[in-house]
Amino acid sequence: MKGLSVSKAVTALMLAGLVLLPLYSSLSGNIFILTLFTRIVILALAAASLNLIMGFGGMMSFGHAAYLGIGGYAVGMLAQEGVGSGFVQFPVALAASAIYALVIGALSLRTRGVYFIMITLAFAQMAYYVASGLARYGGDDGLTVYKRSDFSGLINLGNRTQFYYLCLACLFGVIFLIWRIVNSRFGLVVQGLRSNEQRMQAIGFPAKRYQLVCFVISGTMCGLAGALLANNTDFVSPAVMYWTRSGDLMVMVILGGMGTLFGPIMGAVVFLLLEEFLSQITEYWALIMGPLLLLIVLFGRGGIMGMLGRAGRG
Amino acid sequence: MLLVVEQFLNGLQFGLLLFLLAAGLTLVFGIMDLVNLAHGSLYMMGAYFAATFAAWTGSFLLGALMALGATLVLGIVLEVTALRHLYGRDHLDHVLATFGLILFFNEAVRLIWGPAGLALPLPAWLTVPVPILPGIHYPAYRLAIIAVALLVALLLYLGVMRTRIGMLIRAGASNREMIGALGINIKLLYTLVFGLGAALAGLAGLMQAPILTVQIGMGENILILAFVIIVIGGIGSIRGAFLAAIFVGMIDTLGRAFLPNLLRQVLSGAAASTAAPALSSMLIYLLMAIVLVVRPEGLFPANRR
Repeated sequence: MKGLSVSKAVTALMLAGLVLLPLYSSLSGNIFILTLFTRIVILALAAASLNLIMGFGGMMSFGHAAYLGIGGYAVGMLAQEGVGSGFVQFPVALAASAIYALVIGALSLRTRGVYFIMITLAFAQMAYYVASGLARYGGDDGLTVYKRSDFSGLINLGNRTQFYYLCLACLFGVIFLIWRIVNSRFGLVVQGLRSNEQRMQAIGFPAKRYQLVCFVISGTMCGLAGALLANNTDFVSPAVMYWTRSGDLMVMVILGGMGTLFGPIMGAVVFLLLEEFLSQITEYWALIMGPLLLLIVLFGRGGIMGMLGRAGRG
Repeated sequence: MLLVVEQFLNGLQFGLLLFLLAAGLTLVFGIMDLVNLAHGSLYMMGAYFAATFAAWTGSFLLGALMALGATLVLGIVLEVTALRHLYGRDHLDHVLATFGLILFFNEAVRLIWGPAGLALPLPAWLTVPVPILPGIHYPAYRLAIIAVALLVALLLYLGVMRTRIGMLIRAGASNREMIGALGINIKLLYTLVFGLGAALAGLAGLMQAPILTVQIGMGENILILAFVIIVIGGIGSIRGAFLAAIFVGMIDTLGRAFLPNLLRQVLSGAAASTAAPALSSMLIYLLMAIVLVVRPEGLFPANRR
């Protein structure tokens, strides 16, 4: 059990760091780090939602960035039309993501394996092109969100610290929800479907229905990340839905450790910090990042969480 | 009439080009069960090699031949150093590792050739318009692409269906353990197949180079199209890839050419001209979604027992 405690200790350290970060930022006057970590926390939320279907459900979605765009565009388009209230924007963002997930999930879940990877990718590319065609909302150039979501004084998204804590609260809320889902009867069925779909069906579980519900929950969570991301950058463009962004999310999940509760957060933190760090030492950071990913795949099975577990066992 | 014939040929040419890319991808996918996202990078490298070698030697053909050899070698090196270790692993591992390779190649190209694109000028004898029907001219170079791609498709078909190596490749696709047990050097076979796929991707890249600019990331959009094609055609099926590629090439080209006018009859001019490009880009993905919903294994699933 010693291995478990090493990964637990690192996880606890990371979570404490995330909670205390604004304190460090205000003490050192380093505002940049707060902005950077707001983005990290939001993308960690997206990665955690992807992990729910990928890690626990065994559904390899290569189009998860579509929800980032849908959530973001819901906020941006409503803001453009003069609806500034977050109490409208966020529910619309979540509902739009849920409906999109319901439709593409119902179609995609008819396929499996590589075909599933490809069909989710195709749907995300469709969403990308739809957004590029929205001339009223900026088309290819994207849409500037001039005013962040207004929560009528409850919380001010313009304040960096408050916004950071909102994002962090959303992340922790989603992680808690995933923990409850994974340990519920529903979650056990979904995980059973990952290991052996035929057997589960033979027992009498309607496989596709369970997987579809899980798919929709995951999409809705990622839509929340999209709405936060649009508020963070004050901007949304089709580029957030491009397939390489979906790839980034997958990388975060796998890097951190697929099918672990906190792995995606770890993956997002390490991936984005590494990107930031490498791009500061060299303009050609991807030259190092690319082979690094290859090495992680070849030698680091189970991601960071897996490695920590092995390190603990010695 | 002129426009229809021209766009039809453009569609055919684009489709054949896509086939070259998709053929390598579907071979690697069908035989080694490897999802290679970096296939588009090989396409890009083919174009960069051709532009460089053509500038060195001063000859387009010589440059193209050297580029073909260079991508073949690059593919083999890539297989031996990295991708070989991914066989038998989870598809997700393939996606992640080859995603890393895309990052690497894009950055390496930026380092070596700089961020600005290159141009690959055509020799004079390939730029003349050729009369194909009375009163209708078509660029010689595009005709040459169609001819070369058809020739390669034929050679590929004969190679896979009629030669001993092709027989081994097909055998490897249906049961790799068995042909390994029969004393075939399966490692060498895999390296060979990967090299062949890389050369085909390089060929597609270098032939496309004079039409578009040679630039970083040029392989990514077209890679997704190639994936769409092999999924529509059925993974591992060269025949499926060929038909799906022509189909996709046609739909994409004809959609882009005629959809704006069609839409203009229904919508106002401004709305139509903004909606049309998005809609024509979507057409292919829509097609793929429909195919997968109706036939989840693609139109021509290969070697299903």
